[in-house]
Amino acid sequence: MEDMSTMEDVASFRLRARAWLAENMPRIDPDAAARPPGDDDEEWTKARELQQKLHSGGFAGICFPVAYGGLGLTPAHQEAFTEESLPYQMPLLLNVPTFSICAPTILDMGTEEQKTSRIGAAIRGEEILCQFLSEPSGGSDLAGLITRADRDGDTWVLNGAKTWSTSAYAADWALCLARTDWDAPKHRGLTMFLMPTKAPGVTMNRIRQVNGSTEFCEEFFDDVVLPASAVVGEVNDGWRVASRQLFHERTAVGGGSPYVSGRGDRIASTPASDPLEIARVTGRAGDPAVRERIGAYLTTQKVQEQLVERVSRGIQGGQLPPPAASFMRLLHAEADWERNDIAVQIAGALATTGTGGAVVGVNYLMRQGASLGGGSTEMSRNIISERVLGMPREFAADRDIPFGQVKRARG
Amino acid sequence: MELELSAEQRLFRTTTKSFLEKEFPLERVRGLAERDTGFDREWWARGAELGWTAMLVPEELGGGSISGAGLRDLAIVAEELGRGVAPGPLLATNTVLAGLVAAQQAGPDHAAAIEDLVAGQRIASWAVYEPGGQWDPRHPALIAKATPGGYRLHGVKDRVEAAGQADLFLVTAATGDGVAQFLVPAATAGVVVEPQWSLDLARRFHVVRFDDVEVPASALVGSAGADEVLERQALVALVLQCAETCGGVERVFEFTTQWLFDRFSFGRPLASYQALKHRFADMRTWLEACQATTQAAITAVQDGAADAPELVSVAKSYVGDRAVQIIQDCVQMHGGIGVTWEHDLHLFLRRATVNRSLYGTPEDHRRRLADLAGL
Repeated sequence: MEDMSTMEDVASFRLRARAWLAENMPRIDPDAAARPPGDDDEEWTKARELQQKLHSGGFAGICFPVAYGGLGLTPAHQEAFTEESLPYQMPLLLNVPTFSICAPTILDMGTEEQKTSRIGAAIRGEEILCQFLSEPSGGSDLAGLITRADRDGDTWVLNGAKTWSTSAYAADWALCLARTDWDAPKHRGLTMFLMPTKAPGVTMNRIRQVNGSTEFCEEFFDDVVLPASAVVGEVNDGWRVASRQLFHERTAVGGGSPYVSGRGDRIASTPASDPLEIARVTGRAGDPAVRERIGAYLTTQKVQEQLVERVSRGIQGGQLPPPAASFMRLLHAEADWERNDIAVQIAGALATTGTGGAVVGVNYLMRQGASLGGGSTEMSRNIISERVLGMPREFAADRDIPFGQVKRARG
Repeated sequence: MELELSAEQRLFRTTTKSFLEKEFPLERVRGLAERDTGFDREWWARGAELGWTAMLVPEELGGGSISGAGLRDLAIVAEELGRGVAPGPLLATNTVLAGLVAAQQAGPDHAAAIEDLVAGQRIASWAVYEPGGQWDPRHPALIAKATPGGYRLHGVKDRVEAAGQADLFLVTAATGDGVAQFLVPAATAGVVVEPQWSLDLARRFHVVRFDDVEVPASALVGSAGADEVLERQALVALVLQCAETCGGVERVFEFTTQWLFDRFSFGRPLASYQALKHRFADMRTWLEACQATTQAAITAVQDGAADAPELVSVAKSYVGDRAVQIIQDCVQMHGGIGVTWEHDLHLFLRRATVNRSLYGTPEDHRRRLADLAGL
């Protein structure tokens, strides 16, 4: 952060931002049609252009240090800018994971060269970052990953596969976690690398989800060569870097990241099913059974809000332990399941052909998304029972033994 | 339970809790099954001394709260009553008080009755359900006909809580001008009280017959057609009911969690089985959600918020179902002993089931939510 005595105050920054935005940024067109999922290459090009505009106007990277191309201002400055930016088109696609997860992790753990190059280029709108973490061989057990990085002289050679990397197709660089020591227990043999997404040996496919979204990618590495300077943090200390990433991810998801600029949905995707709207459109609003289901939906939605308010307050005030945050994750999933179940129940026979709203059936296909994305609800239940209620931890067959000796699926 | 209580509120909770634990330990509650009445009047008067009847009544009428937010304070008592499945007409008397206070400016003066109820000298109950009927307070079949001296009431009420010991009934009646409420002494000629079988061992319900009961004009509470007074009574009854249910389900969850640590099978504690751990994670989450929605409803009614009816229906819709679901699952966790008379679980399950059923079921409140959403 800059020296406080010479820092522009928030009020004057806000006025300057207001004038600049009005002069330079395109306004949001409220009538613009939502783009179908998976067809968003133009939006990424647009996001880069918008970010370049912000940078040339001197309003990019508000909370990043000046040394790495930011403005070195406070979260209050960022919040003021965000509030002023609401009527304008903003490069919202770059907020997650580039600015809120990847750049802060590099800032925390990277070398001077990594910070200057990658953060600077992201702020200038020249580069986009993504994460290569999850692997096809394991879902919840992230630290059990088997992508390998072998030392070859001054370089590293990577082989393996990654999956569920959000918008990797649009990115230039990835934070990639790989195993570098097979004799160490699983968390202690990992190293984080900065990898060009288009490096020779990287094959990337877009994963097509059942609702048509192609937001996620999978990658295969065949002898991808990286220089020693690609290591983020220390060799075999990659879990610490990944933990920072997961921390920044939780902060961003909770709406608390100072590196997010502007506000709104990252990607315009299929709107969630609205049971009230479906009841109206299908002419079933007068049916008492339908009205009862609507009431159940309204109940859960409201209770979910109330739980988030109470648990956030309780964790902050110390009346609830931090792992109680998993209550929110669990109830969110339940609420989403219920919304989709009720939508299908109300649509009735009309769900088959989409008469009166095609989204009902398509959203139903993605029902389990809410209990899978961001860590499965089974993991949340382990966390609640073990860390809130103090029940015995699950047996882990890979604890404290060399990872090379850990049993895993073959082939 | 609210996360942040003031020092005075914490003291109030402690006093209430130790009084209940001393007077009504669970063995004593269980013994009530053998008795005609659920509680002694003298015991109730001591509860009133602790402030159990004063919280919804302004100081000029003899009441007064702990924190200035009387309903929130009263909810503390309800939670403790729930934790101990204690008897006592807390909900019944306070619901009547809420109505009398709300109507006090608009009709005949009931200050003397309010004062006696606050002092615990008299007990009141809301006579609103009718035989065979579901929750429908705005359509009573009991009729009040105007007479030269007042009104003549004719009809039957049932599920009237603690009517065997009540001195006053607040009776909903149909008049030519809409629903009216009358404060009728139990000793009035033509009032006949008969006990009903009651699911709850400590909380008794009765049929109350009104056979051409003559009451003076001064028995009217507020004015006919004053639906907002009925609404106020319902909201108060519902939030107290949800708070009480939360207290009960919280206690059941606590002792069932302990049981999971203490009980061993196949050489390991039940708490080490993932299949059971996951169910406890769900129950713990639902319990917190029950607390969250109940506290939000209490705050809304306390503040007279415009969305209070919505938030109260949300709370009843959620707590009504989740509470019995959690308790039934706790019965399952206990195994066979959970369905024995000797285990305490059924005491809590009885109360939670009664609370689920009265003042609108979760299903009733869901339909109400659809109405309120303008569907």
